[in-house]
Amino acid sequence: MANSVSHKAEQHGHDHGHHHHDLESLKTFGFWIFLMTDVIIFGTLFAVYAVLRNNTAGGPTPEELFKMPGVIAETFILLTSSFTSGLAVLAMHAGKRNQLIGWLAVTFVLGAAFITLEVTEFIDMVHEGATIATSGFLSGFFTLVGTHGLHVSIGLIWMIGLMIQLRRRGITNVTKRKVEVLSLYWHFLDVVWIFVLTVVYLMGVM
Amino acid sequence: MWGNLESFSDFFVTGDPMILGAQVSIALAMIAIVFVLTVFKKWGWLWREWLTTVDHKRVGIMYIIASILMLFRGGVDALLMRLQLAMPDSEFLHAEHYNQIFTTHGVIMILFMAMPLMFGLFNIAVPLQIGARDVAYPFLNALSFWLFFFGAMLFNVSFIIGGSPDAGWLAYPPLSELSHSAGVGQNFYIWGIQISGIGSLATGINFVVTILKMRAPGMKLMKMPMFTWSVLSSCLMILFAFPILTVTLALLFLDRYLGAHFFTLDAGGNPMMYINLIWMWGHPEVYIVVVPAFGIFSEVVATFSRKKLFGYSSMVFAMISIAVMSFFTWAHHFFTMGSGADVNAFFAVSTMIIAIPTGVKIFNWLFTMFRGRIRFTTPMLWTIAFIPCFIVGGMTGVMLSVAPADFQFHNSYFLIAHFHQVLIGGVAFGYFAGLYYWWPKMFGFALHEGLGKWAFWFWNIGFYVCFMPQYFLGLDGMTRRLYTYDFDMGWGPLNMVSTVGGFLMGIGFLFQVWQIAHSIKFHKRDTTGDHWDGRTLEWSIPSPAPLYNFATDPQVQDVDDWWETKQKLAKGEKLPPKPALAPIHMPKNSAIPFIMSICWFGAGFGFVWDWLWMAIPSVIGIAACMIARSFTYDDDYYIPVDEIKRTEEAAAALKGATV
Amino acid sequence: MRNWFGQWQFHPMSCQSGENCFTEKRIKIDVFANWGVKLAAFCYVGLTEKNNSDKTSRTEAFGRMREMKTIMRRKLTKYAAPLLIMLMMVMLSGCSTDMMVLDPKGPVGSDQRDLIYIVTILCAIVMVPVILLTAWIVWRYRDTKDNKSKYMPTWSHSALAETIWWGIPIIIIGVIAVFTVKYTYALEPSKPLESDKEPLVIEATSLDWKWLFTYPEQNIATVNYLYIPEDRPVEFHLTSDAPMNSFWIPQLGGQIYTMSGMSMKLNLQADEPGVYYGSGANFSGEHFADMRFEVTATSEDEFTKWVDSIKAVPDALTLEGYEKLAEPASSPVQSFNSFPEGLYDKIVNKYVIDKPAHQHGE
Repeated sequence: MANSVSHKAEQHGHDHGHHHHDLESLKTFGFWIFLMTDVIIFGTLFAVYAVLRNNTAGGPTPEELFKMPGVIAETFILLTSSFTSGLAVLAMHAGKRNQLIGWLAVTFVLGAAFITLEVTEFIDMVHEGATIATSGFLSGFFTLVGTHGLHVSIGLIWMIGLMIQLRRRGITNVTKRKVEVLSLYWHFLDVVWIFVLTVVYLMGVM
Repeated sequence: MWGNLESFSDFFVTGDPMILGAQVSIALAMIAIVFVLTVFKKWGWLWREWLTTVDHKRVGIMYIIASILMLFRGGVDALLMRLQLAMPDSEFLHAEHYNQIFTTHGVIMILFMAMPLMFGLFNIAVPLQIGARDVAYPFLNALSFWLFFFGAMLFNVSFIIGGSPDAGWLAYPPLSELSHSAGVGQNFYIWGIQISGIGSLATGINFVVTILKMRAPGMKLMKMPMFTWSVLSSCLMILFAFPILTVTLALLFLDRYLGAHFFTLDAGGNPMMYINLIWMWGHPEVYIVVVPAFGIFSEVVATFSRKKLFGYSSMVFAMISIAVMSFFTWAHHFFTMGSGADVNAFFAVSTMIIAIPTGVKIFNWLFTMFRGRIRFTTPMLWTIAFIPCFIVGGMTGVMLSVAPADFQFHNSYFLIAHFHQVLIGGVAFGYFAGLYYWWPKMFGFALHEGLGKWAFWFWNIGFYVCFMPQYFLGLDGMTRRLYTYDFDMGWGPLNMVSTVGGFLMGIGFLFQVWQIAHSIKFHKRDTTGDHWDGRTLEWSIPSPAPLYNFATDPQVQDVDDWWETKQKLAKGEKLPPKPALAPIHMPKNSAIPFIMSICWFGAGFGFVWDWLWMAIPSVIGIAACMIARSFTYDDDYYIPVDEIKRTEEAAAALKGATV
Repeated sequence: MRNWFGQWQFHPMSCQSGENCFTEKRIKIDVFANWGVKLAAFCYVGLTEKNNSDKTSRTEAFGRMREMKTIMRRKLTKYAAPLLIMLMMVMLSGCSTDMMVLDPKGPVGSDQRDLIYIVTILCAIVMVPVILLTAWIVWRYRDTKDNKSKYMPTWSHSALAETIWWGIPIIIIGVIAVFTVKYTYALEPSKPLESDKEPLVIEATSLDWKWLFTYPEQNIATVNYLYIPEDRPVEFHLTSDAPMNSFWIPQLGGQIYTMSGMSMKLNLQADEPGVYYGSGANFSGEHFADMRFEVTATSEDEFTKWVDSIKAVPDALTLEGYEKLAEPASSPVQSFNSFPEGLYDKIVNKYVIDKPAHQHGE
């Protein structure tokens, strides 16, 4: 408990390190619960998509719309980024700050590549006349996949902030917790993507 | 830049004398507030002590003040409706105005009155009851409050700017779609509820973690005060229900804003999906607000019967089963959709099953009083009045849950009477009881009992006079949301009676305002910290609680730990020595919750009017606030031992002075 | 039609048996009072028993129970009886009036009324004694100096007692659930009614803010009023060309939603001639209050005569006429001698989703 924190609190003696440790694990616990509510958000969006899936209203059907090579590329990129974020956590536990920041940077690049591909995919669809206003099916599709993309984008901004904080402060109890929480979030988005891939894309073209 | 505005009256609601009056009085009130704050040099005080506070006690007080204001607004709405319906063929309000009023009445009473009053009581009582220094995430707690506050303001602003929503409190599409509600009222509805809903979700997370992780040493789950249990089950429901609301409102907004087809009539939308989704949130929502009221009754009934709560584990089990079952009953709100006998039978039975744990709770409260010594204080009066009221409300609830009979009750005044009976008789009575009960703990003085009893009787008699006739109106075919009816229908007399009852409740509210004002003016300091001879930990510390709540962590042995401690003291037993004082770790105040919520307000307002020049910078502002928070490492401090000592000694001296 | 004070006149005179009315009420009150006494005494003894388990004190307890009974009976007559009379007045005012739901004129409505009564009685069996028990406990254990009743501040658990009050609601809800499920299947609105006559088909469309009724067999259409033959099932087909509404004729039976893109069935029947009130029960916008209609039930002959008279009116409903009618506005009562074939199906199909979007127009 005493290895904590370049913090003015330290002058009060080492008992407070204990408080901080508690505080950090409390935040991780809260984040788990937040993720649970996020599961419900995605669950609801999946349910909505399932209800509207066949309501193409004369617009393009999933078979006509989805281009699987791009989607498979996205999947591999995101899965790899999940792996690299895991490597980042390992580096952190080994106490290697620069390695940690390096792996986070790789994760960031992969995440950004994923978003770029997805945005390109969306733009192509819109150019083909398949917009959110075309049909119930497309409303559900863009919202579900877009919400996942929005989550990934927020994760990217978060990652930049965290890299700066790591550079400034090194690996402390606080930054450690932040990296752990971020990696939790990142794995979660990966799992959601597996469901998107299965329910939206694979079941769409099959 | 102003996009869709062509004239002044597109922005400000004009042409209605009542609204004009409201606009003028709001403007005057604001000028008066600014004037008073400036003259008395209180801006700094307001900023430091309230707007940036993260102290759960202050956040709770702000919740309660806001909810009482909202109770006034919702109550005025109610009385306007009752005035309109008092006579047949009345022309007091026209259709459009009436539709707006019942919409805002419903939204405000549930989301901006009941919810914040409930959160206020959570904040006041829970950390003190479990012996904690604050909630798990004080910063997030302040953010929740300000999100609620600015969400509520955004919703209320539609009254004078842009026009109120008028599609009912749950805004069923396609009526709430652009095709049928082209004005900005529905946008205000979506954004007002969305912003405050995010705050509610965060509060849910906050209190679940607080209760699970921050209890005083020795307080096992099954030794928690019953109110804390009720908060836990209510917050668990929030965690599961509110994300559904967030999604539903977002989808409705996408329909209106980007022309999506989730709930539209054309191009593959499905309005019935909205009705399902909104009730998947909406039904748990009514249990979210009523379960904490059950918790309050449990505390009050034990305290004022001077007796242990009967059947503790039954109570816990009943509460948890209500929380679980509440997610399997939503379709009883639309038995008449024609989903077939199988679906209806399932949801009818699942609804009735909830009556079983609820009934058990009633028996347990009764037998807490049985062989007790009942003191008729105001909190106890509300609790006693609740029991018969809820029994009758529960009975009509079971009647409504009988699917084929519901074909005759649905959408009628029978339904209106039923849910007002459970929401006023259960939720409002419960929160009033809680407010009176914890008031001394919040402010260090109690509310005047005599005036409180006047308020109580006006509310109670008014309630029955108002809502009993509505059952019969419903059975006589009067449907809800009618802005007027023919003389020939014969509904006049009962409606007149009902209106009289409504005004009696209004008088009850005035008595409460008078009571609060009177009690503040002639306030009698409660020096004991234990005004009611209470049973749980919050009564073991001074009133109002010091900033850090507990000087040292309490060691809990029993369910009614403070009561047991007092018993031991009375027997002359020695208490174990208190541990030595140590510096207390506290969170620092922060301006970020307030500023971030203003940004949310700006974003909401921008999207309401489709003003991207306003919405986009606001969204960036929100992001900037989050980043700023993430980069803040200096967010805590320690209260030194001698300051704690001084505070504790002052409290002890105050107590000693009167003993 | 009822007059202004029509609702109030029934109170004293509503009992069928005339003069005996008041005594009847008294008897009912006594029954209730007895119930209350028995239950309270039962609880009292049941709970005391646990603490005095040996036999002598048990007989003592029964003695005390008898004593309690007398005291409580005296107290009940003093306090509870006036309250009960008031309660009964309210109850009776509900039961014995011409309130639409409780005064049904058709088989569906009658079954629903019966069900309402059954559920009310089943609930009241528990609720009324519990309310009385509440009053008694609150009075008995009030905090006064000379209150000699027992005070047991730590008594907070009794397995027997808690089993009883988990059991009572379970049993009552179980019974109600059985009734409910049975009636849910029996009264499924889409199920045809039993009758030796062919049902009359009427298609009802809710518009903003009016009802369009089309009679496919007779090829006539009306707005905001209905004629039906008595004693013959009517099969309503329901849809909407506007926000969702609900089709409700309280005296004939319960309501069903009208939803666009869907056609729902509701089977009703009028057993006697009369004029019945009908309305749209689900809020659908500004002039929703104008969505009322009168249902006139007549003999088969008069119904045929009425059909002929409508056939003789000058106006026909055309497709353009329908478009105009569907525009948001209130409407007076209207009649049309014919309507375009398949109009109802067209309205339903307008919103059926698996059609190309461009056919809908904007």
